[in-house]
Amino acid sequence: MSDAHAAGMRRRDLLALIGTAAGGAAMYRAMTSLAESTYAGPIKLDGDPKGASVLILGAGLAGMAAALELRKAGYRVQVLEFSNRAGGRCWTLRGGDTYTELGGATQHCGFDPGLYLNPGPWRIPYHHHALLDYCSRLEVALEPFIQVNTNAWLHSRTAFGGKPQRYRHVQADFTGYICELLAKATSQRKLDEAVTREDQEILLQALRGLGALDQNYAYRANFGSSNRRGFEKDPGGGVAAAPTPSEPLGLSDLLKSGLWQNLFPGANYEFQTTLFQPVGGMDMIARAFTREVADLIRFNAKVKAIRQDARQVSVVYEDTADPGKPLTATADWCLCTIPLSILSQIEVTVGAPMQNAINAVPYSPALKVGLQFKRRFWEQDEGIYGGISYTDQPIRLIGYPCTGYGAAGKAVLLGAYTIFSVYAYEFTSLSPAERVAKAVADGARIHPQYNEEFENGIAVAWHRNPAVLGCSGSWTDAARKQHYDNLCALDGRILLAGEHASYLPGWQEGALLSSLDAIGRLHRRVLAG
Amino acid sequence: MLSGPRIALSLALAAAAIASVMSRSVPPSMAQSADARFSNPARFMAPTGEGLYADICQGCHMPEGVGAVGAGAYPALAGNPKLASAAYPLALVINGRNGMPPFGDLLTDQQVAAVVNYVRTHFGNQFADDVTAADAKAARP
Repeated sequence: MSDAHAAGMRRRDLLALIGTAAGGAAMYRAMTSLAESTYAGPIKLDGDPKGASVLILGAGLAGMAAALELRKAGYRVQVLEFSNRAGGRCWTLRGGDTYTELGGATQHCGFDPGLYLNPGPWRIPYHHHALLDYCSRLEVALEPFIQVNTNAWLHSRTAFGGKPQRYRHVQADFTGYICELLAKATSQRKLDEAVTREDQEILLQALRGLGALDQNYAYRANFGSSNRRGFEKDPGGGVAAAPTPSEPLGLSDLLKSGLWQNLFPGANYEFQTTLFQPVGGMDMIARAFTREVADLIRFNAKVKAIRQDARQVSVVYEDTADPGKPLTATADWCLCTIPLSILSQIEVTVGAPMQNAINAVPYSPALKVGLQFKRRFWEQDEGIYGGISYTDQPIRLIGYPCTGYGAAGKAVLLGAYTIFSVYAYEFTSLSPAERVAKAVADGARIHPQYNEEFENGIAVAWHRNPAVLGCSGSWTDAARKQHYDNLCALDGRILLAGEHASYLPGWQEGALLSSLDAIGRLHRRVLAG
Repeated sequence: MLSGPRIALSLALAAAAIASVMSRSVPPSMAQSADARFSNPARFMAPTGEGLYADICQGCHMPEGVGAVGAGAYPALAGNPKLASAAYPLALVINGRNGMPPFGDLLTDQQVAAVVNYVRTHFGNQFADDVTAADAKAARP
């Protein structure tokens, strides 16, 4: 291998390493660039559909929202769902639950009552308006989800000798040094081409404030920088209560550590405050929808073929409890929300453009592990209340529960979450027990209390989920350009919805918006006769 | 043009430079050990077809290549006649197909060849025409 090749790999590896920081935020492509919801309020399907019938495939959020709205508008609605429950990836695991993954490994969740893991969607941005509107209308109680906790840890196996660093230390020092350097460049007249003298004066003051610089525009250990990064000794009360300033990390150590990459996700629009989670588990949303439309759903129905002709759609399916006997459901129209990982294997009577689109989307790997501990040691010992610690280990992060603060007794945290990554595939290839053990081993390097306090865990690797065969649709820009519009089109009597038919891949908002858009178009088509 | 040992040294230095700068990858020498899994976030490090199958493929295609069936299916690789033409698994590993993701960017040419050869000579498959790294390279888009 030549030096040129080695140099190329070095650059590519470098860029990939930056991209894979903190859950891969930088490699989300369209996921980050277009995370704003376009919801315009509750859908209005005015006009009489004259008893038209719709067969909805899939009782996830896309399917159930469509069922709810179409029935309200006067359609006759049936829903076919593969699983024995509704909600799809909107799912929560609690003590007593059993989960069997592809391959046959079964896990029995051992969490104590009241504790849970959300193995799918984790958080709801404030600008996911459709989802929040449904939560309001369906009376799903919400509480804040803590994305950024500056008292959490940033960890790298080889930085600072493997010793975790406080988020607030890294954030304050990284910002402080950059501001000091830029202030120095300004004072040395190096920005004269880019910034007017007048603006440079303003810039210097701004840098002083942003970076907590001293009167010489330097970032040093003093009360100003400690006010950002925290003190060596916190202010107290009574005798000997005066605080002492803390010493910043060294600039070169800080840069080389790469820990600063973990500061970026919290700054992204999709993860900006305020975020929410449903009280009691993400599946409260699924339960609320199910309450409304359960009577329309046939469960344990595995779709085998989706056919259409001039008159109707007919879907061949089988009862998973009694397989081998084809059953048929018919309707005037079909809204199919089946993930493309599965739909691409099903016979569908649609034109080549839509079929090619269905076939164009691989599904991403993802892994989540929930771990139960005897006590909230992260709160009691370390003062970490909610939020996320990041690590470059395969677990990638530890997510602390954003509820029940200060409670004595057991608690569950998110012990691993990796998506779109080499590590996610590698976790998927392990047995559930091995995944949990790895999550405990990695987490113990950040919290030594793991070894004493760990009780049990459960691991969900999404490529082994029997109902999805992956986490979510993984579009490339080229694939979207070529296929996305074809995927969303009405093809005769059939149209598709789901997070894969949106620009919010992997988000519940994407599923809802795609569904509302689809049924709006369907309704206009039906009214047109 | 560097000779063999010099190339290995230069790669090791390059890798060590990455390791010290970004603290995320390990030198190639460490990747030879059994713990290639979880050693690099940017690409798979297992050097053998058996190791790659264990780290990646069995997540879906299962141990022993038996496949799995849920709402959809992962095809069995065991006794799969579609593997008769090496071009087919080469293309699938590199480019993916339908729901199967592409792995070409996460594997070297040697690794692509190794895992294709492994799958075609295990699980009841006995296709003797091994592919090489050059074949893998030629199969890339």
